[in-house]
Amino acid sequence: MKYWTLTEADIDRIAVGCGILGTGGGGSTYHGSLRAKALLREGKRIRMVRPADMAPDAQIIGIGGIGAPTVGIEKIAEGAEGVRLMHALEHHLGRKVDALLGDEVGGGNGIAPMLTAAMADLPVVDADGMGRAFPEVQMTTFFIHGQPVQPAALADADGNVLIVTEATTPKMLEKLLRASTIAMGCTALMTTAPMSGDFVRRFGVPHTTSQAWSLGNAVLNARAAKEDPVEAILKQSGGIRLMRGKVTDIARRVSAGFNRGTLTVAGLDEDAGRSIAIEIQNEYLIAREGETIITMVPDLICIVDSETGRAIGTEELRYGLRIDVLSMPAPVLLRSEIALESVGPRAFGYDFDFVPVGISTDAPAVPQYEEDA
Amino acid sequence: MLRIGVDVGGTNTDAALLRGTEVLATVKSSTTADVTSGVSAAIRTVLAEAGVAAGSVDAVMIGTTHFLNAVVEGRHLEKVGVLRLCGASTRSLPPMIDWPDTLRPIVDGGAALVGGGVNYDGSEIAPLDAPAIRAACRDWRARGIGAIAICSVFALVDPRMENEAAEIVAAEMPDAAISLSHRVGRTGLLPRESATILNASLHTLGRETVGAFRAAFSALGLNCPLYLTQNDGTLMTADFAERYPVFTIASGPTNSMRGAAFLTGLSDAAVIDIGGTTTDIGMLVAGFPRTRSEGAMIGGVPTNFRVPDVYSFGLGGGSIVRPGDAPTVGPDSVGFRLPEKALCFGGDTLTATDIAVSAGLVNLGERDRLSRITPDFARRMLAQMKASIETVLDRMKPSAEPIPAILVGGGSVLVDGLLEGTSASLKPDHFGSANAIGAAIAQVSGEVDSVVSLEGTTREKALESVVAEARARAVEAGAAAETVTLAEIEETPLAYLPGNAVRIAAKVIGELRA
Repeated sequence: MKYWTLTEADIDRIAVGCGILGTGGGGSTYHGSLRAKALLREGKRIRMVRPADMAPDAQIIGIGGIGAPTVGIEKIAEGAEGVRLMHALEHHLGRKVDALLGDEVGGGNGIAPMLTAAMADLPVVDADGMGRAFPEVQMTTFFIHGQPVQPAALADADGNVLIVTEATTPKMLEKLLRASTIAMGCTALMTTAPMSGDFVRRFGVPHTTSQAWSLGNAVLNARAAKEDPVEAILKQSGGIRLMRGKVTDIARRVSAGFNRGTLTVAGLDEDAGRSIAIEIQNEYLIAREGETIITMVPDLICIVDSETGRAIGTEELRYGLRIDVLSMPAPVLLRSEIALESVGPRAFGYDFDFVPVGISTDAPAVPQYEEDA
Repeated sequence: MLRIGVDVGGTNTDAALLRGTEVLATVKSSTTADVTSGVSAAIRTVLAEAGVAAGSVDAVMIGTTHFLNAVVEGRHLEKVGVLRLCGASTRSLPPMIDWPDTLRPIVDGGAALVGGGVNYDGSEIAPLDAPAIRAACRDWRARGIGAIAICSVFALVDPRMENEAAEIVAAEMPDAAISLSHRVGRTGLLPRESATILNASLHTLGRETVGAFRAAFSALGLNCPLYLTQNDGTLMTADFAERYPVFTIASGPTNSMRGAAFLTGLSDAAVIDIGGTTTDIGMLVAGFPRTRSEGAMIGGVPTNFRVPDVYSFGLGGGSIVRPGDAPTVGPDSVGFRLPEKALCFGGDTLTATDIAVSAGLVNLGERDRLSRITPDFARRMLAQMKASIETVLDRMKPSAEPIPAILVGGGSVLVDGLLEGTSASLKPDHFGSANAIGAAIAQVSGEVDSVVSLEGTTREKALESVVAEARARAVEAGAAAETVTLAEIEETPLAYLPGNAVRIAAKVIGELRA
């Protein structure tokens, strides 16, 4: 089997890239990367494996955080939540888990499975269910393509573990998990039903950890060489710059757990005189210039600091921030008709159909994969 | 009211004497290694210049980078025992995990993670584990640790466990200096804990420094209260500063911006502070510096102190000018060696100051030494410096609308005429001492940042209780209660959850109690 064994420097790159792919949401990668590096220093290993290399009948579970990022920065993880989750699920199923993956590569959840993998010494599949961040559990290519709703599980820092043995729909599962997370103090780790190697190979968004690494690598190399990190992101991602500008207004409101709002960006430099409005529902969803929609969900709208290339989350937005607004094509699997029912504009309450920007291509795996010694 | 403001920078110590709003005298002198003697000298000079007796001064305000330097240089720091009240939670990231490897061993006195802490809604994570705290104290005492930082999960939701733990520690270690996180930082466990640890680590230096100021001032015949300026440009009493030295750590740029506001009477403007090596550009909003959204890094340690959003770049009076086809100014500078290095002072280096002297913008040194600078070259270089300021200014401005700009700092002689994008470019009297004046006119604030559950209460009541706590802190820091008003309130509902929790940050400001 070919593995890519991560180093601390890789974690830094992946963290930067997951931030960019977070499209404004997904929570911070800061705690996850601190923890991942601490585990590596303890002698643990984090091995990535390509989805095509997984045995077709391998058993894989997705792991990710659920809850309020503001709570997560205060009541930090205990550390073994993922191991408890996995053991509970294994016990329930009577079968071992062979590998882990992240349901959501964007933000902190792009790193979450690596922490459990390091502790359990299991590989992490280089694929996820979003290729970005989305606000709800059921918005994954896995659920879109028929991943069973049960069993799913939730674990908190205090030692509570909950297994959902039946849920009527993925949306109902989301409601059950969300409500239980509140009971657990608003921050928990979750997993959904195990998937086979074959299922992940067919319906996972491939090589998104590789993609995050490549984006982060481009940014960090550009910074070190005193080059423009935003240009480096564009070159690496195949995305386009919608505008370079300055935040001139941010109107927020929160309803039903969604951080909604509209961000207005005024152009700077060669974009002087232009203005873009971006609609937010936890993530950046829609970019308009005047009456024209220039990028819409599920295509990625990424906002980065103009100077450093660091991703700017929706909760960090404020007046005067100097940013670049980028657009990247959504992964192939998110643009299908069946996917758009769950993650297209209409799924977020808009009354228009998806119009793609740019051509979808799946990210290649990094060349670091090599035979396990 | 007679007030003396002192700003101790890396190179210069500035002092200003004010009667009410009238500036009586300002002076610039060299910073000394011990800080205190330079401050005493500066105060003696302003008093003499204004002909004012030391005994009639009502208050002295000091802004100092002394504590920041201690952290940056890793000197005069004490080892700290860290008590985290967390139960099982948070153990994946132990205290000081994100500290630089150079600083951690200097400060790390051992951590104990024990039962305690609360959730966002105030419910207990685990009961306070008193026996574990006592055991940790015995260990610290045996190893001669005298400074303790106590940090509880969600201490800003409910600080009672930190207070209880402090009582247990005080009983076990009667001489320990104890720092509590709910008094130091904002929401965010690691950065608040780190700030608390830094505070504990600076405790002895704080006591010694404040003690040295007190002794020096009484020798000068000053018998008035002493205050230090803190990160947000407001004051704390010397007693308070002894216990919370960490609050002084990022007060530098704030004082000169507040001074600029005072000298011009403007509350919304850009402030351009041009020193010897760098230019700092920040924005005044309602009389206070606009702050950065991310917390401050202090000596490589991430904290969550709010600090002014200031853009610094390498342009100052000492900036080195390199002629040629594409002439450059800075970013390197001769710095404090300007009086020996600049051409106009007989040195060998062409500096930005020489350009200003040659163009007649300022009278320094000997202009005759600058005959090789042609008027055309001087004009070109001045335009280039002005353009570099204008570019940064445009990026800092909240909108394309022209706004007034205030030029302060010794290097502001480099700029002549109106800057593009501004409605006025003002160089007020005493522009060179805006930092000391900013210290002299500082007010007193109180701040609270907490996550509040709205179960069983109303939003209004929750806001009220947060503001009341902020007021109590302002009064404790020296504000006259009747002058305290609400300066900022920020309410952030917690995303991703339909629950009823909201983060409330409130700041109040008042006048110094007479």
